[in-house]
Amino acid sequence: MATESENIEHLVNRRYEHGFVTDIATDSLPPGLDESVVRAISARKNEPPFMLEWRLQAYRQWLEMREPEWAHVHYPKIDYNEISYFSAPKSDEDRPKSLEEVDPKLLETYDKLGIPLHERARLAGVAVDAVFDSVSVATTFKDKLSEAGVIFCSFSEAVQEHPELVRQYLGTVVPRRDNFFAALNAAVFSDGSFVYIPKGVRCPMELSTYFRINAANTGQFERTLIVADEGSHVSYLEGCTAPMRDENQLHAAVVELVALKDAEIKYSTVQNWYPGDENGVGGIYNFVTKRGDCRGANSKISWTQVETGSAITWKYPSCLLRGDNSVGEFYSVAVANNMQQADTGTKMIHIGRNTSSTIVSKGISAGRAENAYRGLVRVMPQAHGARNHTQCDSLLIGKQCGAHTFPYMEIKNPTARVEHEATTSKISADQLFYCRQRGISEEDAVNMIVNGFCKEVFKELPMEFAVEAQALLNVSLEGAVG
Amino acid sequence: MLEIKDLKSRIGDTEILRGLSLSVKKGEVHAIMGPNGSGKSTLAQVVAGHEDYEVTGGTVRYNGQDLLELAPEDRAREGIFLGFQYPVEIPGVNNAYLLKAAVNAKRKHQGLDEVDAFEFLKLAREKMAMLGMDPKFLNRGVNEGFSGGEKKRNEILQMAMLEPRLAILDETDSGLDIDALKAVAEGVNALRNPERAIILVTHYQRLLDYIEPDYVHVLSQGKIVRSGDKTLALELEERGYDWLREAANA
Repeated sequence: MATESENIEHLVNRRYEHGFVTDIATDSLPPGLDESVVRAISARKNEPPFMLEWRLQAYRQWLEMREPEWAHVHYPKIDYNEISYFSAPKSDEDRPKSLEEVDPKLLETYDKLGIPLHERARLAGVAVDAVFDSVSVATTFKDKLSEAGVIFCSFSEAVQEHPELVRQYLGTVVPRRDNFFAALNAAVFSDGSFVYIPKGVRCPMELSTYFRINAANTGQFERTLIVADEGSHVSYLEGCTAPMRDENQLHAAVVELVALKDAEIKYSTVQNWYPGDENGVGGIYNFVTKRGDCRGANSKISWTQVETGSAITWKYPSCLLRGDNSVGEFYSVAVANNMQQADTGTKMIHIGRNTSSTIVSKGISAGRAENAYRGLVRVMPQAHGARNHTQCDSLLIGKQCGAHTFPYMEIKNPTARVEHEATTSKISADQLFYCRQRGISEEDAVNMIVNGFCKEVFKELPMEFAVEAQALLNVSLEGAVG
Repeated sequence: MLEIKDLKSRIGDTEILRGLSLSVKKGEVHAIMGPNGSGKSTLAQVVAGHEDYEVTGGTVRYNGQDLLELAPEDRAREGIFLGFQYPVEIPGVNNAYLLKAAVNAKRKHQGLDEVDAFEFLKLAREKMAMLGMDPKFLNRGVNEGFSGGEKKRNEILQMAMLEPRLAILDETDSGLDIDALKAVAEGVNALRNPERAIILVTHYQRLLDYIEPDYVHVLSQGKIVRSGDKTLALELEERGYDWLREAANA
């Protein structure tokens, strides 16, 4: 109907509210990538020789790899020599010890994003390691964590302070040459977060990092490594927003999780990077490799993600279920509006006995966006008694968007029980009229329906994050009515 | 309260209402009857503001305002309620959530404070007790997997919660067995009051055995061809609609 599509057009055309560039002087490397750049990054970070060697090997492997083309996404060829591989705020030498020492401009940026760091940290009891343009500029609650023996610091710091832990676990979940983007990340990663929870420790607070891309033309290559030692427990929250800009920005992060015997890691993401304008120009390319290794018996790794941003999302948080009775979970809400393209899902690799996995994927497409779920459930021959339940739902808003589901199952053990359910639905004009006749505005009605659709995933998020995620979803779909 | 004059409306190229006039005062119950395709549901949808129906002529005034100028949600907030013939399912959205949002949208419009979850539940439980409904209803998805009778009863619950000034019930009796019909009718009767007008759109006289109208109008080919009191409904039951259609064409 004409009125329906006009509404979609009208309402979809909202501007990205978090689009602005903070003017902080940066100390960057010139664009381009060769061995000298890799060496320069390592040198600037005073890395020990093993790290440099690791990076160089990754770089050489990357040179021999090809950019993957199998995903259901389209974008112009990336020129890797036009990207600057390092940028850090000027204040790198003397990092602030408290918020008072933090560049007020940066604090202002957080304020604009509705992330009052100090308040948030105080009220929610969250330790925040704020990654701003590749280098951590503010770290809080460190004392409380160190009392518990928890290590939560920037990756660079971990390389300096805990090289033995980094050396033991780095690249053991996502090998250097795992894929094109992972290899690139291994060669040039700038910083990220490192977490180690000692044996039997329940991390006393939710750990949170806000990533933010700021310097123009700077590819962001974050690396996160979380190790939960035997019987420990940690919940880690990651949330991102980025300023508006004209040129596409490449983001190729790697996240590695290791859960040893009886350990549990809960990793939650709310991702809100700049998706580009109505025509998809200028948005972030988000090519991420996230993988968790349930290395010990009875371990558990749970991924929860709410993905609303980026021009292109290529992301498959996965679990290697190696320990007997280990559990992998993936709960995802992926929203694609306007010209956004999302190809996301998970891989559950069942290796140990009696391993189980749950996949709940909710894809929402609006505008002219394309949203694909791509999931692999693999049960290895030795994985007796493996169980998987996959539920994959798509919600369409309007008539020009698309939803695609690509489930793969490779079952090599006859005792496996694998279930897959999929649905596709559409917000109908009748539903909207019904709500409006009850006095509820069209936008509120869409939000209500979308939030109802995502409920199963939101309930997996920590409380305050769930509220944020819901608000974010409302902003992302503001106007996408059909 | 509601003053419809010479209303003309079409959907696509099909003209449905062809000069309909109707006047409803507060406290009155009007029954609109007529054969299939006569425009009964269209009238209900046009008053509620469905955008698929284009108004090509005439006026609709509601408490002195030009109703056709208002968006559907504003009409609702001004006290117009449509009980749908086919209430739509909204999976995943809690019935209580929708109701609370609706109640608060209206309160906000009236300049009142929004009700909190506690007050809302108290109010909802009262109304449900009045309508003889199971409180579990609140926790289900909106009309999700509801039987025909449950859907219609849910409409009446919404009406009870929203306390409209003008309620239009579109074929509220369709698809109901006699027990469900009685239950729905009792609910409607409990909501009759001197400040509230009710328009019952129905194909059959049966509903009017349980909800006694003050006026009965017969709609044919987009116009009201006859108006009377409740005895007109009985006459229709006996003679069918054809004699009126012939009268209209004559």
